[in-house]
Amino acid sequence: MTHASELPVLPKGKAADSGLTAGIPREDAILSAANLTIAFAALLFGGLAGLLQGFVRSGYLELPSWISYYALLTAHGVLLVLVLSSFFSIGYLYAGTSKVLGGLAPMTRNFGWAGFALMSVGTAMAAFFILAGKANVLYTFYTPMQAHPWFYIGLALIVVGILLNCVGMFITYQGWRKQHPGQLTPLFAFFSNAVFVLWVFASLFIAVFVVGLVIPWAFGWVPTIDPMIGRTLFWAFGHTLVNIWMLTSISAWYVSMPKVIGGKVFSDSLARVAVVILVVANVPGGFHHQILDPGLSVELKFLHVIQTFMIIFPSLMTAFAMLATMERAGRAKGVTSLLGWWKILPWSDARFFALIVAMFAFIPAGLGGIINASNQINQVVHNSIWVTGHLHLTVGTTVMLTFFAVSYWLIPFLSGRKMTKVLNRLAIAQTIIWASGMLIMSGAMHINGLLGSPRRTANTTYTGHEAAADWALYESFMAIGGMILFGAITLLIYIWVQLAFFAPKGETEFPIGEDDSKKDVSPLFMDRWAIWVVLATLSIAIAYVIPLADFVSGHNPGSPPFLMP
Amino acid sequence: MRIHHYEKLWLIIGSLILIIFLSILAVQTFVLDMGPPSHAETIDPQSVRESELFANTGLQEVGDKEYEIAMIAEMFAFRPGDLEVPVGSTVHFTLASPDVTHGFKITDTNINVMVVPGHISKISHTFDESGEYLILCNEYCGLGHEYMANTITVK
Ligand code: HEM
Ligand SMILES: [Cu+2]
Ligand SMILES: [Cu+2]
Repeated sequence: MTHASELPVLPKGKAADSGLTAGIPREDAILSAANLTIAFAALLFGGLAGLLQGFVRSGYLELPSWISYYALLTAHGVLLVLVLSSFFSIGYLYAGTSKVLGGLAPMTRNFGWAGFALMSVGTAMAAFFILAGKANVLYTFYTPMQAHPWFYIGLALIVVGILLNCVGMFITYQGWRKQHPGQLTPLFAFFSNAVFVLWVFASLFIAVFVVGLVIPWAFGWVPTIDPMIGRTLFWAFGHTLVNIWMLTSISAWYVSMPKVIGGKVFSDSLARVAVVILVVANVPGGFHHQILDPGLSVELKFLHVIQTFMIIFPSLMTAFAMLATMERAGRAKGVTSLLGWWKILPWSDARFFALIVAMFAFIPAGLGGIINASNQINQVVHNSIWVTGHLHLTVGTTVMLTFFAVSYWLIPFLSGRKMTKVLNRLAIAQTIIWASGMLIMSGAMHINGLLGSPRRTANTTYTGHEAAADWALYESFMAIGGMILFGAITLLIYIWVQLAFFAPKGETEFPIGEDDSKKDVSPLFMDRWAIWVVLATLSIAIAYVIPLADFVSGHNPGSPPFLMP
Repeated sequence: MRIHHYEKLWLIIGSLILIIFLSILAVQTFVLDMGPPSHAETIDPQSVRESELFANTGLQEVGDKEYEIAMIAEMFAFRPGDLEVPVGSTVHFTLASPDVTHGFKITDTNINVMVVPGHISKISHTFDESGEYLILCNEYCGLGHEYMANTITVK
């Protein structure tokens, strides 16, 4: 296979005079930076909402009457789960793909900007209606709760914008393949394409739900809606989103981490296998959010549990590959003792440090996920704040710390600057503060969940019921963890602003690892995405055809809207 | 695609654990009948309040220390109100919503089921220990969601 460093060839049509900032065409850098800017703003405002939520739940703060706890929670969910993850994955993957494929195709840039515009307008619209108190429906907007119709239009614009970005990515990816017959795409581009394939699956489900069902009903053109169909379509989207974050994150683990530690990619071909399994097996996992729903048989639910557990397999492959990469890097530097390679890892490099803390957080996060998905055990934790604790370990810690690590090379790479020693130290401190804040907050959430405290619930003592009395202590810990986290966000923003505008000029590399087992390349058909899309569709059909057909023919007359507020 | 033999070992052991784990879940679900609540029956949400099924508000004794109750989960209350049963009672709950989706959770028990409009949910539990249990809605259902709670007293 061919490696990034050996690929000077640019796709035809690239303006030769546009100049290369930081190793990628200037236009690509600007597009990427624009996406990242919105992602970072979403973290700031979403984090602020989280801070206030922690204070409200613990009873330290009473909100003014013009905003409800649930408006904050809706903003928190939409900004962090939908906005941050989509803008970040686009900004990061577009930049990396531009680097490894030698620039984005001009059409890709057009699609990218059009998508960016739609997503930004959609985000602004959604945020407006949430803050105006016209969309207290949380980020899952379960029907038949109904928000202002234009809130849904905002969401639809975000989704269409994402789809345009998908098209953009496919154009560059397929264009490169046409120009390089007989060559395997670079591993980073392969990851990138996989993420956008998942975005297509995710977007289609949510588009059918929002555009096909919710919008006609919200404008009053259709009198009723079936809430179960809505839940099912939403979680087909929602769970795919989870794997989009994970795949985006592990692209950095597999491709960039080896280079950061001065090693090589353990096995390019096995990395691709893990990616393909994730893409093919992922969507049906959405049903593990519906284990306690009526209208789905026990047998069907068990099938979904098995399908959910399929993604443990690629996770095991990843765990092995990461440790193997680190060990080999050490051995290549001459370490012979059993665990000596562990000690010589670049612990004082913030890029590595944030990555490895993210990986460690995935151990409890993954175990928690197995617990949640274990069919009858789900009954113990479902909709308790344990689940929110789990979310903050997975996306809040593993994914976020990976994104932060990426930002420590991506921002200076785009801005043509260099990380200084001081900033590197601050970034290490940021990682430690973030991880401890999350440990405290998410630990408290896990405990309170086991004590019976529900998620998504404003401050209440349930008229002084003793069951609720046990929760107060851990709610204080949630608030303390939240304060630590918000401190970490302000520190992070300081680092980002420095890296973008003030750090000394210089060249920063976008770390792309080389394959360690060059003789063991993947067969070319790995790049034939039609195969994987067909297989993924098949696995979706196995999970979804029966329940959806059941709901559609289930004589459910449907629900009229209930306006929130 | 060469797989290192340590990796093979790791994946085989991992997969075996997974299979054993899933088998235990399967035995619990299908042999010991511990599967999640999965009743499948539809009802027009707009007719829940008038329907015969939910007209009989209150606990119905159907056997020795065995009760049935049909409850409406609505914004923002469970109807009928607080309940009381003797220690050792098995209670079969039947639930439906006339408005939005709610969650039915009783603290310190494994009772936990979604109440989605259009569907009837069922769940049963034997209360072996006395006390006042909190029944709460654990799915966001609107601006009064945190007030949606009752108790069931076991004595
Ligand atoms: C300053 C940092 C943060 C604080 C203090 C915070 C705090 C909270 C609190 C108190 C809740 C609500 C619990 C409830 O009532 O159910 C919550 C929910 C949630 N948070 Fe965070 N959080 C923070 C950062 C994040 C980040 C970075 C992410 C992910 C990128 C995240 C993802 C979520 C999700 C998915 C939910 C569930 C939303 C829902 O149930 O609708 N949070 N957070
Ligand atoms: Cu409710
Ligand atoms: Cu509720």
